[in-house]
Amino acid sequence: MNTDTIAAIATFLGNAGINIIRISGNNALDIAKKIFVKNGKNDLDLKPRYLHYGHIVDDNNKVIDEVLISYMKAPNTYTKENIIEINCHGGLISAKKILETVLLHDCRAAERGEFTKRAFLNGRIDLAQAEAVIDIINSKTDSSHEISVNHLEGRLSREINEIIEEILDLLANIEVNIDFPEYDEDEVTINKVKELSESLVNELDRLIKTADTGKIFKEGIKTVILGKPNVGKSSLMNFLLNENRAIVTEIPGTTRDTIEEYVNIKGVPLRIIDTAGIRDTDDKVEKIGVEKALSKVDEADLVIMVFDSSTDLEEDDEYIINYVKNKKVVYISNKTDLPRKLNLKKYENIEKELINISILKNQGLEEIINKVNQMFFEGSINISDELIINNVRHKNLLIKAKNSLKEVLNSINNQMTIDFIDIDLKQAMESLGLIVGKTVSDDLMDKIFNEFCIGK
Amino acid sequence: MNDKVREFLADSVDVAVIGAGHAGCEASLAAARLGMKTIVLTMSLDSIAMMPCNPNIGGTAKGHLVREIDALGGEMALNIDKTMIQCKMLNRSKGPAVHSLRAQADKNKYHAEMKKVLENQKGLQVIQSEVTDLKINEDGSFNVITKLGAYYRAKAVIITTGTYLQGRIYIGELNYSSGPNGLEPSTELSESLMDLGIEMRKFKTGTPARIHSDSIDYEKMDVQTGDEEIIPFSFMTDEINIEQVPCYITYTTEKTHEIIRENLDRSPLYEGVIKSIGPRYCPSIEDKVVKFSDKDRHQLFVEPEGLDTKEMYIQGMSSSLPYEVQIPMYRSMIGMENAQIMRSAYAIEYDSIDPTQLKSSLELISIKNLFFAGQVNGSSGYEEAAAQGLIAGINVVLSLTGKEPLVLDRSEAYIGVLIDDLITKGTNEPYRMMTSRAEYRLLLRQDNADERLTQKGYDAGLVTEERYKKFIDKKEAIENEIDRLKGIKITPKAETNDLLEKAGSVPLSKALSLYELLKRVELRYENTYELDTDRPKLKKEIKDYVETVIKYEGYIAKQINQVEQFKKLENKKIPTDIDYDEIGSLRLEARQKLNKIRPDSIGQASRISGVSPSDINVLLIYLMTFRGMGTHR
Repeated sequence: MNTDTIAAIATFLGNAGINIIRISGNNALDIAKKIFVKNGKNDLDLKPRYLHYGHIVDDNNKVIDEVLISYMKAPNTYTKENIIEINCHGGLISAKKILETVLLHDCRAAERGEFTKRAFLNGRIDLAQAEAVIDIINSKTDSSHEISVNHLEGRLSREINEIIEEILDLLANIEVNIDFPEYDEDEVTINKVKELSESLVNELDRLIKTADTGKIFKEGIKTVILGKPNVGKSSLMNFLLNENRAIVTEIPGTTRDTIEEYVNIKGVPLRIIDTAGIRDTDDKVEKIGVEKALSKVDEADLVIMVFDSSTDLEEDDEYIINYVKNKKVVYISNKTDLPRKLNLKKYENIEKELINISILKNQGLEEIINKVNQMFFEGSINISDELIINNVRHKNLLIKAKNSLKEVLNSINNQMTIDFIDIDLKQAMESLGLIVGKTVSDDLMDKIFNEFCIGK
Repeated sequence: MNDKVREFLADSVDVAVIGAGHAGCEASLAAARLGMKTIVLTMSLDSIAMMPCNPNIGGTAKGHLVREIDALGGEMALNIDKTMIQCKMLNRSKGPAVHSLRAQADKNKYHAEMKKVLENQKGLQVIQSEVTDLKINEDGSFNVITKLGAYYRAKAVIITTGTYLQGRIYIGELNYSSGPNGLEPSTELSESLMDLGIEMRKFKTGTPARIHSDSIDYEKMDVQTGDEEIIPFSFMTDEINIEQVPCYITYTTEKTHEIIRENLDRSPLYEGVIKSIGPRYCPSIEDKVVKFSDKDRHQLFVEPEGLDTKEMYIQGMSSSLPYEVQIPMYRSMIGMENAQIMRSAYAIEYDSIDPTQLKSSLELISIKNLFFAGQVNGSSGYEEAAAQGLIAGINVVLSLTGKEPLVLDRSEAYIGVLIDDLITKGTNEPYRMMTSRAEYRLLLRQDNADERLTQKGYDAGLVTEERYKKFIDKKEAIENEIDRLKGIKITPKAETNDLLEKAGSVPLSKALSLYELLKRVELRYENTYELDTDRPKLKKEIKDYVETVIKYEGYIAKQINQVEQFKKLENKKIPTDIDYDEIGSLRLEARQKLNKIRPDSIGQASRISGVSPSDINVLLIYLMTFRGMGTHR
């Protein structure tokens, strides 16, 4: 059976007071002993089937969270392997951090459905369930990989591909030197490898850091700001962004009329999409913008609908109300600094939830943030945990690639010959290849033949 | 064609090998040595173990293959040890895993010596006759029918036809049906194989001209000599003392390139007359000039073909340009101004099979006891051919005696990588072994081929008692020396530290075993003698081996760890009677590929292109269910 150790966040993120990080496999206990501390001590004897209270610390011994940890000994567990479960506080950050810390040790992020797969393969699940298990695993494995690659932000994927290309160039040359030593191709010097590795370690460090602040991956609750023209949507967006310095990327929309921004509000990651104002229009260009805005609504996890307090309800408002009725919506009335003309008698429930603000006077804005937070932690809006997991996995692969490059430098320091250095260089390239979803070993062979004149 | 020739049963044998090139020689020797009544049929007795292209054996990765063949009890290494005229260990400046032996062979002698071995092999008949047809009898045996009318009834057949099937030589506008080197082609067998439902396709390769040595001005070339001390290929050869012959390095000139460019329209490759695919690592000089037009010269090697001939092989100059163009082209190279061509360069097109039709034993999936080995499987090179021949020869016997086949995996041998690549991924060009193809290069060294394989060869019955004893002795010597070094404590005495500093190392602060100390890069086994004056007198190969194991322990351990992961999926075997069509959850493409390739294990299945990770999951779960129902065997 597979004995490599896997880990994942086992609970659905964001909707509970507790999250569970599960580790399964031979190394589970060892990992727990390294990262779990009680009264400042680690390497504790974790008695099976008991809950142990303590803290999880990161690689710098800094406390991440207060936790309860349990150890279940093989074979009487779900996967029939050793299992560690870490119960930590709810919300995104703590669970994610703990998983990241776990993955720094000898284990890898579980594929979707992998605990179930192991349970089955280790004979834990009934045969009658086989078909169902196949379906679950089948649908997850392919799609999750696709999602993972698709959600890579364009710039990052470009940067990683560039790094891969740089390593590939060097590797092809090294392989040519090894496999065709009698030909007069330039020898790769150790210095060249050293220079590249050093610069790539720095580059990867930068990427890993940005991954921490969520700047890298498309991650967040898809939030669409909607309203008829000129109700203050863009000002609201600017407010949300300005209040929170963690703004990161600007992805130009495919039409000039939608803009996406990322922001993290008190631990809740939002991916905010500003849209064109919605109104019935004959103007062709504007019509496209309106259609675009509505199509964004269809994919959205959350809608922030903005009314103009100083004008009465119009047809366009009602159109929007109707359009978003099956969505999670935060209703906002802006421009309360002006006399109120908005009449919501027809929509009592909206009136009840309405948040009155004045962006101009900076009034009531805090309430929006509180409302969004409340909805998130109550679990009425959700972020796809698939994305979070992929982000953790990606970050982990970046770290692995960096570590491999450090091994390269280490080997160089120890005066190893180029064929040893090459081993970790390949490893670094493969880790990066996993992020962008390609098998790089085939590329290597092509490169050898396409770029070097070798052969009898 | 010759309808009037009467067919008659000439003999009944266990194994018939068709072809006596490098694959056929190993295959027939292995089968006969394992006690089978064997015949080997060849187009010409004068072309047994012929080297129609380059006059050398070994090179990077290929040298490893030769060592592996030897460790398993094959013949190639012994034969090149007898017939080499120069030898070199390549990549000496790099790590031990990529050190590779390459020898220049005396071609005629290589052929003659191998022929002698075949002729003297008990249980092996060597027959000159073209095989024109292959028929399967109702009992599963074969009738191997020859042009002379004689047919041989064989329980099993190994096809090692190299580049002979439907061979066609191209020299400019001229092309004609021919085997390699102007020998007769095999014109009928290919069709007979297609009739058996075997998929064939055309491959292409080429060879340069041979030039009369006296017409070459070596003064203008760089000399390449062999190693001072020759390391033999075979673990059985203790030493080789020969006078070595030099090779030479020269270059093309701008004029060469001009001639080629002007005459490209006369090259059948560029004219599109040859449509088949040639190997990328063995490009013709036309290819090189076109593809790497920024290079103002290309390096060439001038190599002797033997001691009793003046033919010189011009490595790097294979070509299919017309003879009329070849003459000025060769003469435009440095030192070749007066070159006398003795044999022209040519390209050759031939039929080979799609190797994904084979099992890892090299037996055809669709026909029991029909094996294929060598260039006919889409590989290239003498060593690749010999390796497959040996494996087919061993497996034919295991099959006839009802035993499990000998399958080497990717972590055990280059032979394993070679065969797995061919049968799992297939190949769209003649396949050459390269060290970059091996995932576990550090473990597959040429110095430990015996450690990896001799036991397996012994178990299969091919390794002689003499070889086995030698292997065990060596293994013990290595283990004893490692244990001894681990037991020697070096303490930080002033005198010791002086010695260390003299050797360019840092002084000790606490006691250390000599084993640990030798991990320091700057210290060598040889320069630590003064710390260990009682050391036994050991052979160089043992000292080198011990040093490698100590110095690279960490890296080796890392790869062993990777191999353990790899083995997990390799060890999950798939029952041979599995019906992929029954597994509804497999995607269509995966089902088709799996049905075609019929992998032995989940590991092999995962290397098939078009089989996704989720297909592998489905397979794993299906196999579980299968086993659960008690039908798993």
